[in-house]
Amino acid sequence: MEAGARAERSVGGGLPAWALGAIPLALIAIAIGSFALLGGPGLGERTGPPVEEVAVERTVLHPGEIELTLRNDGPDPVEIAQVAVNDAYAPFVASDGNRIGRLDSTTLDVSFPWIEGEAYEIFILTSTGGTIDVAIPVAAETPEADLGFYGLMALLGIYVGVIPVSLGMLWLPFLGRLGRRWMSSLIAFTVGLLAFLAIDAGLEGLEIAAEAPAAFGGASLVFAGGLVAYLVLAGIDAHLSQRSRRAGGSAKASGAYLALLVAIGIGLHNLGEGLAIGSSYATGALALGAFLVVGFAIHNTTEGLAIVAPLRGGDDAAPPPRLSRLIGLGLIAGAPAILGAWIGASAFNPSLAALLFGVGVGAIVRVIVQLSPAMRDEGGRLLYPATVAGMLGGIAVLYLTGLLVSV
Amino acid sequence: MSENGISRRRLLGGAAAAAAPAAIGLSGLLSGRGPGVEEALAGQPPAAGGHAGHGEFPHASFAPGTAVDHRANGFDPSQILRDFDYGKTRRLASGRVLREWEIVAQDKEIEVAPGVKYEAWTYNGRVPGPTLRAREGELLRVRFVNASDHPHTMHFHGIHRAGMDGMPGIGEMGGGGQVEPGESFAYEFDASPFGLHLYHCHVAPLAAHIARGLYGAFVIDPKQGRPEADEMVMVMNGFDTNFDLANEVYAVNTVGFHYINEPIRVERGSLVRVYLVNVLEYDPLNSFHVHANFFQFYPTGTSLTPSEYTDTVIQGQGQRGILELEFPFDGDYMFHAHVSEFAELGWTGFFRVGDPSRLTAAAAAAAYCELPWGKNGGRA
Repeated sequence: MEAGARAERSVGGGLPAWALGAIPLALIAIAIGSFALLGGPGLGERTGPPVEEVAVERTVLHPGEIELTLRNDGPDPVEIAQVAVNDAYAPFVASDGNRIGRLDSTTLDVSFPWIEGEAYEIFILTSTGGTIDVAIPVAAETPEADLGFYGLMALLGIYVGVIPVSLGMLWLPFLGRLGRRWMSSLIAFTVGLLAFLAIDAGLEGLEIAAEAPAAFGGASLVFAGGLVAYLVLAGIDAHLSQRSRRAGGSAKASGAYLALLVAIGIGLHNLGEGLAIGSSYATGALALGAFLVVGFAIHNTTEGLAIVAPLRGGDDAAPPPRLSRLIGLGLIAGAPAILGAWIGASAFNPSLAALLFGVGVGAIVRVIVQLSPAMRDEGGRLLYPATVAGMLGGIAVLYLTGLLVSV
Repeated sequence: MSENGISRRRLLGGAAAAAAPAAIGLSGLLSGRGPGVEEALAGQPPAAGGHAGHGEFPHASFAPGTAVDHRANGFDPSQILRDFDYGKTRRLASGRVLREWEIVAQDKEIEVAPGVKYEAWTYNGRVPGPTLRAREGELLRVRFVNASDHPHTMHFHGIHRAGMDGMPGIGEMGGGGQVEPGESFAYEFDASPFGLHLYHCHVAPLAAHIARGLYGAFVIDPKQGRPEADEMVMVMNGFDTNFDLANEVYAVNTVGFHYINEPIRVERGSLVRVYLVNVLEYDPLNSFHVHANFFQFYPTGTSLTPSEYTDTVIQGQGQRGILELEFPFDGDYMFHAHVSEFAELGWTGFFRVGDPSRLTAAAAAAAYCELPWGKNGGRA
C-alpha cells in the first residue's frame, strides 16, 4: 500500500491529475501529426494498384434519368470516368465532381431512356479501368417526396403498424377469461414470438448491411445497434425500478410495466420494418398489393397479442387497464412503422437502416430477458411443457404469418 | 415540363427525318428543286460530332465534354486509319526486293476511353501495332526487339517455315521461339499469299497477351496491285479494363467512339477500301455494318473477285477481309458493329461524305443525278 503510493508520487511528480491525463494525449497528437507531415517515414511507396471500393447508397429513377449516389468506401480516392447502362455508354454529369475522396460521395445524373418494369445493370468505369456494378432489378419511377407521398407512407404505416397491433390487443378480454395456469404459457408464447422476430430482424439487418459501405461499419452496425439498445433499455429499467423501490413499490416488474417494455421493443422493430417497406416502395421493388398489406396486418396482429399477454400474466388482482393506456401501447408499438416508412422512402441509407435493425433486435432481446421471469413456475423452472409449448406456438404463428409477407 | 419539351423535340426531329426521303423522291428529284425538301433537310439535326445533351439520348456516348488525350497516348486513331508502314526496301543481288522493319514491344499506359487508363502492351508504342504492308513475292525481314517486362513474340499469319512462326517452343533452336525481355529476333519469310493478314504475340496465356494490345494488320498487295482507292485500316478490338475476361470498351483502332467525334472524311463517288481485321478477345464474334450503303466483300483479301455484295459482315477472332464501297451522297453515315452491345460500348463511328453543312436538297438531288442509275431514272 505504502510502496504503491510512493511509486505513484515519484512517477507523477508534483503535476496535477489533469496534466497527467493531457500530456500523453498531446504527445500522441504530436507523434501522429509529424508522422503524417513526413509522409510515413520508412514505409516507402505503396505497392500495388490503388484500392477502389465504392458503395452505391441510393438509386433514384426519373423519366430519362438515373441518379446514383456513390460513396467512396476504400482507402484511395476514386475517379469516375464513364457510365454504361445495360452495356451502352450513357452521358452523365457528376454533381460533386468525378473525383471522390475517401468517405466522400458524389451523385451521378445519368441520361438514359429507361423503361418501366425492365431490369438494368449499370457499370461505372473508373480511371483505372475498374468497374462498380449497380443493379436495378425492376425499374420504376422514384416517387417525389411531396405531401401526398408522405401521406401515403403514413397510411401504409397505419395499415401495417398501428391497426394490426391494436387489433391484436383486442384479445385482452379473452386472455382475462383464461385461467391463471395459462398465463405462463401466454408469456412463453410472447417470448417465442419475440425471439423469432429478433432473428428475422437481425438477418434482415445483416442483409442490408452487406450493401452499406464497409467503412461505416457494415454488419458491425447491426451488432452495435443491438448492444446500444439493450444497454440503454437495461439502464432505463434499472433507473425506474430503483425509483419505484424508493417509493415503496414492489421490486417485481408489474404486468403494465412489462407490457410497456414489449410495446417499446416491438415499436423499435416496426421502425426497421417500416424502413424496409418504405425503401422497397420508393425503389419500386415493392408492389403495394392488397395481399401484401393484409399479410403484414395479420403478421403484426400477433405483435398486439404479445403486448397484452403480460398485462394478464402479472397479477390476477390487478384492475383491468384503462383504454387510454391500451391506445398508448398500440401507438408506441405501431406508430414507429410510419416514421420508418418516411425515412425509408425519402432518405434511405443502408448504414442507418442496418443500425436501426440492430436497435430493434437489441430492444427485443432486452424485452425477452425481462419477460422470462414471469414464465417461471413454483419451482423456479423456465422450461417446462407449458412454456415450451407456448414458445413453440409463438414461433410457429410468426413463421406462418411471415409467409404472407416474404418481400 | 422539361420532359414534354424533350419528347416534343424528338418527335419533331423524327418527323423531319421521315419527311426527307419522301420529299426527295416526290418533288426534289423530279423537279430538281423544292422548297419543302430544302426545309426538311435543313431541319435535320447534325448527327455527328454533337454530343448528347443532358436528358437526351440520340445514341450511346461517353460523358459529354470528355475526350481521349491522343498526344499522351502517342497515337491518334485518325492517323492510324490511313497509316501504312512500308518499311525500308533494298534490292537483293537476285533482283528480289528485301523489305525490312524494326518492331519494338513495350509496355505503355494508354487511354482507351476518356479518363480510362489501361496498362497496354504495344508494338512500337501503339495499339493496334503498325500496319505492315508489302507486295506479294518480296522477302520480308522483321527485326523484333522485346523492350517489355514480359516475354513476347510476333506470330505472323502467312506461309512460312516453322522456325519463323513466333511460336514458343517451336522456333527455339533457331532463336525464333519466345523472345525474352531485352532480347531480339529477326523473322524472315516470303510475302505470301497476297491478302489481308494479321500478326500478334503468341506467348501464353495467349488471350491476355493479345488482349493487352499486341496485334496489328499485315497487308500483302497482289503483284498487279489493286485499283486506286482511299484506303484505310480498321482493326476491331476491345479492352477488358477490369480483367474480368469481358470487355468494357469496344472500338476500331482502340479508342471507343473516336470516329463519332472525328468522323472519317471521304470523297463522294470515289472508291473507299477498308482493310478490316477482327482481333477482339473474349467475344467469339464481331461484325461491321455500314449505314445507307453496300460494299463488295473480299474475305481475307486472297481473291480479286468479291464474294458478296452486302452491308454487314461477321468475323470471328482473327478473321479479316477487304471492303470496297463508294458513297453516292453527301452526309454522315454511321458504321458500327451490328452486335449492338459492342456498338453501344464504343464500336461506332461515322463516315463524313463531302461537307454536310452544304448539304441541301439541290446538292442531294444533283448527287443523285450523277449516279448511273440516277441519270437513267431521271431521264426515263
